[in-house]
Amino acid sequence: MIQLDEIQKRLLMEVADLHSVPEGAFNIRSDGASIGRESTENIEITPRPTGDGLTIRIKPGTKRESVHIPVVMTKTGLTEVVYNDFYVGDGAEVVIVAGCGIDNCGPKDSQHDGIHRFFVGKGAKVRYVEKHYGSGDGTGKRILNPVTEVTMDENSYVEMEMVQIKGVDDTLRTTNADLAAGAKLVVRERLMTHGNQNAVSTYVVNLNGEGSSADVVSRSVARDDSFQKFDAKIVGNAACSGHTECDSIIMDNGRILAVPGLEANSVDAALVHEAAIGKIAGEQIIKLMTLGLTEQEAEEQIINGFLR
Amino acid sequence: MLELKNVSFGVEEGDGEKEIIRDISFEIPTNEMIVITGPNGGGKSTLAKLIAGIEKPSEGRIYFNGEDITDMSVTERAQKGIGFAFQQPVRFKGIQVLDLIRLASGNRRLPTAQACEYLSAVGLCARDYIGREVNASLSGGELKRIEIATVLAKGSTLSIFDEPEAGIDLWSFQNLIKVFENMRAHIENSSIMIISHQERILNIADEILVLRDGLLVRQGKREEVLPELLGTSSAVAACRMSGIADGLEG
Repeated sequence: MIQLDEIQKRLLMEVADLHSVPEGAFNIRSDGASIGRESTENIEITPRPTGDGLTIRIKPGTKRESVHIPVVMTKTGLTEVVYNDFYVGDGAEVVIVAGCGIDNCGPKDSQHDGIHRFFVGKGAKVRYVEKHYGSGDGTGKRILNPVTEVTMDENSYVEMEMVQIKGVDDTLRTTNADLAAGAKLVVRERLMTHGNQNAVSTYVVNLNGEGSSADVVSRSVARDDSFQKFDAKIVGNAACSGHTECDSIIMDNGRILAVPGLEANSVDAALVHEAAIGKIAGEQIIKLMTLGLTEQEAEEQIINGFLR
Repeated sequence: MLELKNVSFGVEEGDGEKEIIRDISFEIPTNEMIVITGPNGGGKSTLAKLIAGIEKPSEGRIYFNGEDITDMSVTERAQKGIGFAFQQPVRFKGIQVLDLIRLASGNRRLPTAQACEYLSAVGLCARDYIGREVNASLSGGELKRIEIATVLAKGSTLSIFDEPEAGIDLWSFQNLIKVFENMRAHIENSSIMIISHQERILNIADEILVLRDGLLVRQGKREEVLPELLGTSSAVAACRMSGIADGLEG
């Protein structure tokens, strides 16, 4: 039986919506070590011999199963790089929930760099949820630098939900994907930075196969003195379709740099990008005020909806 | 219910000030529906915004249920019981129709079934709209009806509608008339103020006010004012004289 303390429980709830030990396959990593692991008949989780990550193998044809691999850090000054490889068998349909929560009450920086590689088999469907969260009132920074590499075989489908709403001081997110014929990638990123936070998110999606498609959409809010950079490039190497969108709200002294990029190497590649940055529209605030909300409540509602 | 006393409003323009509303005084009694009409650019929308608190008068006072609300914010006035439907409703990315109706009702846990009733009241199939985002995917007419639904959900003692017919197709407008007729029939202890050019809306008014060039040029019972605005050739002439006919024809 796994014993979790209150901080661990709170972080797990924030990053994986877990109130207790999850059902199905899981691995919970806390302060640099696994504190619980469970494989199932169809999903095998094995630690790497070097101790710095996991290999997750999902059998072909596995349906409606889930994998939870949350990471929590509660000690100050801890730095780790973790490598997790996912092999999703042909035709499998699974939900993978990752995510990292750092509670840093000390003076030293805490850093978790998760390198996730996905090998998605033919016709497989994956929903991947990754939430990042930081808390604690120490002066040490909470740093997360995730790298996600996705290799998608023919007609596979991957939906990625990446969320970072609070408390992460510094983040450099790198996501690379290679898609074979008929594969489809959907990315929904939601990001809010505050204080002096810094967040950089970089995507390179290579549409290599005929009929492959990608839809990469980021919604973000930069408040206080924070800075964000969204750099998304879609490369069309075949008859494919790609769309990238960055939609941002800036507040206070927040700054945002959006760099949407498209590269077409095939005459049949159809690629679109959109980017919009602006403050909350005054009429939106006034409309909610006419419903009886204060200006501050109106702002909160607008941001909550925007980042939903 | 509502009383305006010598209200004026001007904006800076070039070297001087342009007066949009000029020394207007009137009263909206409880249990009455009043319709404000007049040519475009006459100051109707500005007047509505002055009452809702979106603009502040340069002179004069506004009283609501005997209380001076001239210096109150939009929020305070809304909480006191003033509702406002915008002529051009705003869109919100991510906020759903249900969220907006719940915010309007003041009950964040308003049951979905109850929220749906407000949509049905404005002629929208609730099931199709309740979960929709109030974003660019909605047409102008849909948005307009959702806007009216939020004002219904708020249940104000004074509800103001700025040109509810604008941007709505004729078919939807037939439904909308029923909404206002129904509101008029169940007006108990409340009042409704509508800015409109539409004869069918003027037809259900208790009182009609005509605004032109920032001045209140005519005010009276519907039975007296409406025939002056419509119907007979002499009425058309009267309208021309007060500059209304253009607005009504447009």
